[in-house]
Amino acid sequence: MSAEPHYTPYHPRWYRRRVSVWWWLQNPSYAGFVLRELTSVFVAIFAAVYLWQLRALVRGPEAYADFLDRLETPPFLLLHAVAFLFVLFHAVTWFHLAPKAVVVRLSGKRVPDWVIVGLNYAAWLLLSAGVAFILLRD
Amino acid sequence: MDLFACDVLVVGGGGAGLRAAIAVAETHPRLRVAVISKVYPMRSHTVSAEGGAAAVIKAGDSLDEHAYDTISGADWLCDQDAVEAFVREAPEEMLRLEHWGCPWNREPDGHIAVRPFGGMKVERTWFAADKTGFHMLHSLFQTTLKYDVIQRFDEYFVTTLLVDEGRCQGVVAIELGTGKIQAITAKAVILCTGGCGKVFPFTTNASIKNGDGMALAYRAGTPVKDMEFVQYHPTGLPFTGILITEAARSEGGWLLNKDGYRYLQDYDLGKPEPKPVFRSMELGPRDRLSQAFVKEQEKDRTLVGPYGHYVHLDVRHLGERVIDKKIPFVRELCLKYVGIDPVKEMIPVRPVVHYMMGGIHTDIHGATPLPGLYAAGEAACVSINGANRLGSNSLTEILVFGARAGKAAAAFAAEQREASSSILDQAQDEQRRLEDTLLHRTGGKERIATLRAEMHQVMEESAGIYRAEAALKKAAEKLQELQERARDVALEDHSYTFNTELTAALELSYMLDVAQMIVQSALERTESRGSHQRTDHPQRDDERFLKHSLAYRAEDGSPRIEYLPVTITRWPPGQRVYGR
Amino acid sequence: MQATVALTVTRYRPERESEPTFQTYEVPFRKDWVVLDALNHIKDNLDGSLSYRWSCRMGVCGSCGMKVNGIPKLTCAAFLSDDLPGPVRVEPLDYFPIIRDLVVDLTDFMRKLTKVKPWIIRKEERPLAEGEYLQTPDQLDAYKQFSMCINCMLCYSACPIYGLEPSFIGPAVIALAQRYNMDSRDQGAAERLEILSGHDGIWQCTFVGECTKVCPKHVDPAGAIQQYKLTGAAHWVKSLLLPWGTR
Repeated sequence: MSAEPHYTPYHPRWYRRRVSVWWWLQNPSYAGFVLRELTSVFVAIFAAVYLWQLRALVRGPEAYADFLDRLETPPFLLLHAVAFLFVLFHAVTWFHLAPKAVVVRLSGKRVPDWVIVGLNYAAWLLLSAGVAFILLRD
Repeated sequence: MDLFACDVLVVGGGGAGLRAAIAVAETHPRLRVAVISKVYPMRSHTVSAEGGAAAVIKAGDSLDEHAYDTISGADWLCDQDAVEAFVREAPEEMLRLEHWGCPWNREPDGHIAVRPFGGMKVERTWFAADKTGFHMLHSLFQTTLKYDVIQRFDEYFVTTLLVDEGRCQGVVAIELGTGKIQAITAKAVILCTGGCGKVFPFTTNASIKNGDGMALAYRAGTPVKDMEFVQYHPTGLPFTGILITEAARSEGGWLLNKDGYRYLQDYDLGKPEPKPVFRSMELGPRDRLSQAFVKEQEKDRTLVGPYGHYVHLDVRHLGERVIDKKIPFVRELCLKYVGIDPVKEMIPVRPVVHYMMGGIHTDIHGATPLPGLYAAGEAACVSINGANRLGSNSLTEILVFGARAGKAAAAFAAEQREASSSILDQAQDEQRRLEDTLLHRTGGKERIATLRAEMHQVMEESAGIYRAEAALKKAAEKLQELQERARDVALEDHSYTFNTELTAALELSYMLDVAQMIVQSALERTESRGSHQRTDHPQRDDERFLKHSLAYRAEDGSPRIEYLPVTITRWPPGQRVYGR
Repeated sequence: MQATVALTVTRYRPERESEPTFQTYEVPFRKDWVVLDALNHIKDNLDGSLSYRWSCRMGVCGSCGMKVNGIPKLTCAAFLSDDLPGPVRVEPLDYFPIIRDLVVDLTDFMRKLTKVKPWIIRKEERPLAEGEYLQTPDQLDAYKQFSMCINCMLCYSACPIYGLEPSFIGPAVIALAQRYNMDSRDQGAAERLEILSGHDGIWQCTFVGECTKVCPKHVDPAGAIQQYKLTGAAHWVKSLLLPWGTR
């Protein structure tokens, strides 16, 4: 047994367990949660890049061309690939959590979760299609 | 020793106890009221009640009908003045609980819905899905949080009542978390400690139902009434004994023997109809249904499984929608504990001990003959349940008599002086007793589990659904032997902190006292009535036995039985007729 | 099929030890047995000094919550056959102080329960003579799920926020507050707003979602919290735009 227990009669010493700083490695759900929260970092990075893009645009065609060249370098391609995966994870987990917060009742019955999730995906696809159409047409 | 003083002390934090505490807080807000319980209140066994609570509310119903159903269901052994008060106050108490937030099931127009129940002529059982007790207990508990004046002692184990100058003046209890022994004085004590199902091996009851209050009252010298009347619920799961609510039958379930035959029709319970018929077949009273099972078993028409004999409860014809709406918890329990889906398969069931009609003798205000001591709920016997309780009457009983006992105890306490000074000496004696005989005990050769198992065996064999003199006499001797052996119990746990072996030993001693009361009362009642069936005296004998049996504690600790006539008002004893 | 299974159980006797230890017992294996049956077998036959809470053994009283192989479960509903071949590790619920062996202290939860006023609050009580408050089956459904909580506290043991920020009022308490907020008979939502949207209320929750996963009664406390976040946020916006409008 370890060192002298601090027990006074009728005053038992409760044992409080410390929460380890690696608590989130204990189970896959927790790890997934922490990754989900980390996606906010990559969303912030995307936003920063976007602001940089705007600044380059304002500065003129040379600055903009410079910006585009920078983006094509390997480190930035890697950053964007990783960031894209994280943002995808962010969007998917968020869609699946949406029905928890949004409770819609139609004629007294609760709209099932898959409808809410499905509507989110549908809206996402539509908007993406619209954006793709605008960007890719000649 | 720590001494805490209050005005009204409620022992037991279940439905009756919490209702009593609220009654005190509302009628006498200046009194100090405390609730002491060996578990947190939301763990009290009220929580597992499923079916419903009866009160007259529908147009085609009347108080007299409810009273007659209750009285005939009790085989005329209940006190009719108490039943009249009960049925009269029931609707108001139930409405009050609705106002306190209980989520009763509703009709489409928003009014309270009722369902039919065993032994009742008209639908009058209010229900909250099939978890009525759970919702009632949580509604009551959450309502008590509103009253700052109600102080709670959670996880304190009461070991004795303090009686001095001819009145009950408090309790001694062990604070489980620290092991500290505390004296709590009160001007009135209300025992709401529930029943004693764990005296039997096969029961729907939780581990905490050890008849604590009944033994405490018995040891304090006040009588315990009608202990021979033990209710067997006809449909419990084999092995675990988990309750399958009567609602499964009131919604239309059928009881089938091994040939798929609705065997209840052979036992003067009516003709089988496709839909449930009031007071007929599966909606008959619980004692008759359990007795029918035993008879079927004797004829070899029951099924045999790894855990003994059983029959089938068939609810498949109700359909999935009705099952999920009206009895979803039944489906959950069957899937989990038996691995079958009642929508597609039949549920194996057998009678299990469920309720104790007997209990601490009280009058219609919840007062025992000992001044300052009150009782309510399953721990008490007023008596409204007589020789057999109808399903859904006890959840209403805890409200009606919990309130009555609370009001009566508060009125009594308001007139009393503080506790006498010699109470502290008594409390210190109790502390010494606990320390010497249990806590500091070394040696001993009896294991608690062994003694408990032997008690279970003798109770199952001799005090079951059918009883006979020889078996009961042997049981009385065996229990006396177990009482002596229990003095030499060996404890492995000498800790002060949350010592559940100590509480198990104390609970065993309570259960042995209760078991002796049951056996002695059963031995001396030489007739058959309701749930007490003697194979050697198969007839009901109103001439000699239209009386309650009162068990008093004799000098040597064994029970001495006396009799008290039943109060008859408007319903002279008649025949119990079901199915016709 | 194996005849026995090993159970490794936390032991803590404050009079003898400063820290919890583990003790292993060999119990018979039966396919019908749940972890609670195994614990009872240990207490009855092998070691009477093991302390733990239990009562109804049918999953409705909420006493027997413990961690079984790291996952908070009701031991009366956790079958031994789910964790074969063993050993099965049984520990007390996380984030609560351990009093003894498998028994944890619940006073923090009991205190927080009272803080959200979990009772029907009305401006004016309806007299009993007028009968029941009318409530349609749909209105009952609106809060029914949240009323199913048995206070077993598995959700607290699963919530890392409760572990890291012990002042968080927690999933079960918020679900219970929502049960009353959404009860058509209750008029006390404004009284519960302060504690729910305060520092230790819903905004501590970062939607890990484990509470809903371990809940044995499918109460969905995570859902209750997120739904209240919408309500709370809407209320905040309203109070900003119409400072006197919320009176």
